[in-house]
Amino acid sequence: MKHRAQAGQAFAIGLLFGIGLLLSGMSNPQKVIGFLDLAGQWDPSLALVMGGAIAVGLPLFRLAESRSHRQLPSWSGAPIHLPGKSGITPRLVLGSVLFGIGWGIAGICPGPGLVLLGSLQWPGLLFVLAMVAGMLLFRPLDKALSR
Amino acid sequence: MNIIWDPAALLAALAGGVLIGLAAAWMALGLGRIAGISGLLGGLVDGAPDRAVRAAFVGGLLLAPALYLLLRGELPAVQMMADTPQLLLAGLLVGIGTRFASGCTSGHGVCGLSRLSPRSLVATLSFMGAGFAAVYLLRHLLV
Repeated sequence: MKHRAQAGQAFAIGLLFGIGLLLSGMSNPQKVIGFLDLAGQWDPSLALVMGGAIAVGLPLFRLAESRSHRQLPSWSGAPIHLPGKSGITPRLVLGSVLFGIGWGIAGICPGPGLVLLGSLQWPGLLFVLAMVAGMLLFRPLDKALSR
Repeated sequence: MNIIWDPAALLAALAGGVLIGLAAAWMALGLGRIAGISGLLGGLVDGAPDRAVRAAFVGGLLLAPALYLLLRGELPAVQMMADTPQLLLAGLLVGIGTRFASGCTSGHGVCGLSRLSPRSLVATLSFMGAGFAAVYLLRHLLV
């Protein structure tokens, strides 16, 4: 039952997140490329997506961190697990650079990819299939590299 | 550099960003985890535990356009910028890169920066820098 309630919350969070992506313009590749194209007709509006998200995120994540430090659980009862903030590694930078190149090629990052698929945009399906293939390739690739 | 100032677009971006921030904070406070899309989807692909929560979140994202359509009567305009080979290459790079970096625009860009995480700041600067460079290369140098 607890798991069902958690999944229900996760579903609602996904809906809200997706509505935010659609409203903000992040799920329109043309706008994303317009934001990344400093040398062309630069459209700075998407900077406000991150700005708006961080503005509400700052106090609320502070609250989550303070609950986590005091060993208090989340509202659902599940413990609050937040990843570490240090650990600036080559794989962090290299992975981010690969991701950024892909983002710059198509103007789509993971969330908008899923939203485009949900909008029944055929290119969104292609992008998501390739992204899932990339995620499947990650483990064997990681193993081969760390040998 | 020519800058486009469109007040309606700025307002929509800000409002959308606020909803995204609320969703991310809800995930942390309500379920105790990071709303990182590449991580949640990647774990689903890898067969990580808590399949139900991961699948439900991804399902919410997939159904968000239907709810948006219901609420507002039409979906926002979408214009693709990549052809099929570019889409496939981009998806592959995004899939591999986000797994190596343990996060994408949501996990590092929204959640990590909201937590003032140095690790996420480095990730965000790296993918934004690479994004700017890729667009410059593809749309100015190579055309």
